Amino acid sequence: MSTGSCRGWVSAPFVYALASREHLVGEVANSPAGVHIEASGSAAALDAFVIALRDEAPPLAVVEDVVVRRRPPPDGRRASGPGGADGGGTRAPRPGAPTAAGFRITASDPAGERSTLVSADCATCADCLAELADPADRRYRYPFINCTNCGPRFTIIRDVPYDRPATTMAGFAMCPACAAEYHDPGNRRFHAQPVCCPECGPRLRLLDRAGRPLDADPIERSAELLRAGAVLAMKGLGGYHLAVDARSDAAAARLRGRKHRADKPFAVMVSDVAAARELCAVGPVAERLLTGRRRPIVLLDLLPGGPGVARSVAPGTRQLGLMTPYTPAHHLLLAAFSGPLVLTSGNVSDEPIVYRDDEAFGRLGPIADYFLVHDRPIHVRADDSVVRVLPSWPGEPRRERPPAGEPSRRPTNKPGSPAAGEREQLVRRARGYAPEPLAMGWETPRPVLACGAELKSTFCLTRGRYAFVSQHIGDLENYETFRAFTAGVAHYERLFDVRPEVIAHDLHPEYLSTKYALDRAEDDGLGVVGVQHHHAHIASCLADNRHSGPVLGLAFDGLGYGTDGTLWGGEVLLADLTRFTRLAHLDPVAMPGGAAAIRSPWRMAAAYLSAAGVDTAGLAVRERNAAHWESVVAMADRGVAAPLTSSAGRLFDAVAAILDVRDTVNYEGQAAIELEQLADQAERESYPLPGIVRPPRPAVDPGRIQGTDLVAAVVEDLRAGTDRARVAARFHATLARTIVTVCECLAEQTGVRAAALSGGVFANQRLLNEVGAGLRAAGLTVLTHSRVPTNDGGISLGQAAVASAQR
Amino acid sequence: MAHGAGGKATAALVDAVFLEAFRNPALEALDDGAHVDAGGARLVLTTDSYVVTPLFFPGGCIGDLAVNGTVNDLAVCGAKPLYLTCGFVLEEGFAVADLRRVVAAMAEAARTAGVTLVTGDTKVVPRGRADGCYVNTTGLGLFHPGGSTLDDESPMEGVVAADDPVGPWPVGYTPPGHRPTEPDRLDRLGMAHARPGDVVLVSGPIGDHGITIMLARGELDLEADLRSDTAPLSGLVERLLTATSGPEHGGGVRAMRDATRGGVATVLNELAMAAGVGVVIDEDAVPVREAVRGAAELLGIDPLYVACEGRLVAVVAPEAADAALAALLADPLGAGATVIGRVVDDPPGLVLLNTAFGGTRIVDMLVGDPLPRIC
Ligand SMILES: [Fe+3]
Ligand SMILES: [Mg+2]
Ligand SMILES: [Zn+2]
Ligand SMILES: [Zn+2]
Repeated sequence: MSTGSCRGWVSAPFVYALASREHLVGEVANSPAGVHIEASGSAAALDAFVIALRDEAPPLAVVEDVVVRRRPPPDGRRASGPGGADGGGTRAPRPGAPTAAGFRITASDPAGERSTLVSADCATCADCLAELADPADRRYRYPFINCTNCGPRFTIIRDVPYDRPATTMAGFAMCPACAAEYHDPGNRRFHAQPVCCPECGPRLRLLDRAGRPLDADPIERSAELLRAGAVLAMKGLGGYHLAVDARSDAAAARLRGRKHRADKPFAVMVSDVAAARELCAVGPVAERLLTGRRRPIVLLDLLPGGPGVARSVAPGTRQLGLMTPYTPAHHLLLAAFSGPLVLTSGNVSDEPIVYRDDEAFGRLGPIADYFLVHDRPIHVRADDSVVRVLPSWPGEPRRERPPAGEPSRRPTNKPGSPAAGEREQLVRRARGYAPEPLAMGWETPRPVLACGAELKSTFCLTRGRYAFVSQHIGDLENYETFRAFTAGVAHYERLFDVRPEVIAHDLHPEYLSTKYALDRAEDDGLGVVGVQHHHAHIASCLADNRHSGPVLGLAFDGLGYGTDGTLWGGEVLLADLTRFTRLAHLDPVAMPGGAAAIRSPWRMAAAYLSAAGVDTAGLAVRERNAAHWESVVAMADRGVAAPLTSSAGRLFDAVAAILDVRDTVNYEGQAAIELEQLADQAERESYPLPGIVRPPRPAVDPGRIQGTDLVAAVVEDLRAGTDRARVAARFHATLARTIVTVCECLAEQTGVRAAALSGGVFANQRLLNEVGAGLRAAGLTVLTHSRVPTNDGGISLGQAAVASAQR
Repeated sequence: MAHGAGGKATAALVDAVFLEAFRNPALEALDDGAHVDAGGARLVLTTDSYVVTPLFFPGGCIGDLAVNGTVNDLAVCGAKPLYLTCGFVLEEGFAVADLRRVVAAMAEAARTAGVTLVTGDTKVVPRGRADGCYVNTTGLGLFHPGGSTLDDESPMEGVVAADDPVGPWPVGYTPPGHRPTEPDRLDRLGMAHARPGDVVLVSGPIGDHGITIMLARGELDLEADLRSDTAPLSGLVERLLTATSGPEHGGGVRAMRDATRGGVATVLNELAMAAGVGVVIDEDAVPVREAVRGAAELLGIDPLYVACEGRLVAVVAPEAADAALAALLADPLGAGATVIGRVVDDPPGLVLLNTAFGGTRIVDMLVGDPLPRIC
């Protein structure tokens, strides 16, 4: 007999099906270490079984590794091979075991240790879609159709082990037909916890904003109302969406007004890849994402020659976030509507997405005209994930990378395997990805809770080699979000049976996550590790790449608290997981008004121009802000309410305002995003490199890059009458060359030949590509993010990696 | 510097250094004033040192600030301020004319507040060892009853009737509706006594003092029609306590605090932590003058965290809310009084702000100086 544990995510029904096929006898059960299988049978059958476990894993399975242990056969004859040998120990001759006794699934023991089997939510599979469209099927057009291979998971799970009573499906008693499928080992719905049908499962209802039901078919009527320009609130998998006709400028503008969302682009749902191709350029990686089981929003380049959606859907951008239906209800609605739909998070302004029915009408009532709702509760809020596809580095040999978020899958098992060289990078990791664990490439000796940053907050728990990074939670200053954060920590600790012994946090004393960490550590008597923000960014990139360093860490972002009490954000660090040294950074400038300078990039322009000693007479940015220009310059010069920062994000803001891109922002990073959009893609020139102050004691003091020189060059070029788009491009190119030159120099000095790129500024694709290509050309290994975001959403993973490395 | 900003760092410093060394029950209450017993007299004692740049500013100077600040600390404890002492630390070379102006302002403020300056001390330090003029004042107040009655059905824990329930009275002061058998009012005024359902008021527009000071430094090229709100609140407090003392006003006033360093936000956080309650305020209801709002916006400062020197935050039982508001409004120093929020049971220890957009933001106690948190 062999017993085995399979590390990763394999459903017991799948194991059952394989074992039956190979005529094995035994049983399968979930255990804390993974799936535990006891099987006996012929050696050949056992071999075939182990191979099939890896090769035929269904969509929701992730096979990390298979460990096989041999046991003496029951009749007393010893099997050969050492006990505890890793996989492949099934070659020994085995007595022909009877198969008549069969194979069985042992029920998970609710009182026992917690199982690790919590999968992410999964898009409707092809088999279910076929049934959805089949008039003869008993689930024809049933909006909640699902099976073992698809459907809701994480968002409906209240507790582990993952069994129906522990989900929000507990209130729906299976009808005899569904129960028969559930208990039939040969059925696709064998042990599918959310199984249901029109007889016994959840129902869709369409209500007006006063909560009065509308008769007629909810889907058909919703499509009709959308065509007429209505705003529809639609309850989905991880929360409520707001939908409008994406071709109607009036409808999209109405939604913007009611949501208080001035410019930030809306995501759009299209019925399939073909429809996506009518709007955007869809490469092979994007196609795989749009047809795969995770179904994130994919950021894609709009086709030249006018967008196929209304202007106010994504004003002034070259890209559009597209997704395809991932629930049966989406499929039905998109088919009935037949056109692109804006599908944006159901919230007001920066509030978290609404997911509870009892608050939906109160909060979304002022926004939505109608509500398409259902009666399956959502237990955990999960936003749509966002992914972007990056082109291969110039001159890169074509190679394949594992898709984001998955420890190790065989790409051959996927439809449309990744295009050579193209890389996908998570921008927001949530629905479809969380709570799947990320393998870090090293063991964490003690379980860690890392509390993340403040905006785009996530937290992270570690166990063994795995990091459980939470779904995107949001801006913690918002009370509803902070509640989601604290409740989420408790939920994850329970689901994954992690009792943290160490708490990691940012050094920023005012982050609510820092305060939570310190309070919690005191209450529970836990160890505390404060991790500098940019060290966490670099460690996050290392963990993302399973690389332990040392690297030259390029941490460029909005800002984070430095070890000297100033605000950092344009940093070149020498870092590994345990420590870092600040080798170089942008020379600090004042942020007049602190957070006000972030909301108003023109203030950064004033501060930079003053620091650069540039004559501002006649500059448009000064004219536009004449009323407060002198006061803001005085604040910057005299350090009144003006903290110093070496942030690269603020340098982008300053240049954006000088180039008349915008003076104030209404979402995070807006000015920098629009500056990147403005930059002429054909422009190849750049300015002379800015000065770099090399302190006399390079081992002690970091080098300082004079961002003011860049600003002065931009103004000079602008005054020479150069087109703004070309100036923007030259600014990007010069900054990239500067970073590359500094790195080359530091690589020479330190002998470190690898660079890790992290921080929100590397959301700028142009900068990322130019810096990455330049470093590679200089012979450095370049690490970038794929499985967690380059922005602060990745901070918790980095904190966890640093805390784990400190013994 | 964060240690002086009035936030969590200040609290930590006080805890670590002073409380450790001087530990005793009167100090541990960590109220603005200490309640002490002296031969049967219920006294309240407080001390404060004043450091401000510039020394003279629109609406006042360090002199009246030093009198009003200490008077207010006594008043919000429910005491009638009677006597002050003052100590000066002067930098060598500080102009005598300026000193005269400061002293004259102190005398005038003391007259207004009805307190007597009884003793003082002056030290001169060499040039460069101080910044012009520092002032310390110590105030002695007498507790007077009045205000509301204790809820008989639900006596609060820890409240013990005083042996001599009447106590000494301020000369010539007989509050209406006083019942000598009541426990001391003093025992019932304090941050820890706030209960869910209570109403939170401020006595006027906030932030005038702090913004005036910042602008008066002359570092910004900005003109604003603003003056410090520095004023003695003893009269206003007396009016408030008297108006809410009847049995129909439930527990009457539960707690008062002058919103100085750290502003209203810090007072509310102290309240939430001391009483283990939540506080919810409405952004639209918080009174802020246009000129203050404009300057605060320019400086990137949230007026909720800006110091006032003549404004108090009062927490009153719901039954007393109308009477309290009317009493404040009837006094010139309470002209802009308004209800800004209420006490709730959940979430304990947090202050929440309902924003104009319908969101809910956490208004946290600052650890030190405000620093941007946006990445
Ligand atoms: Fe960051
Ligand atoms: Mg004081
Ligand atoms: Zn399915
Ligand atoms: Zn059924």
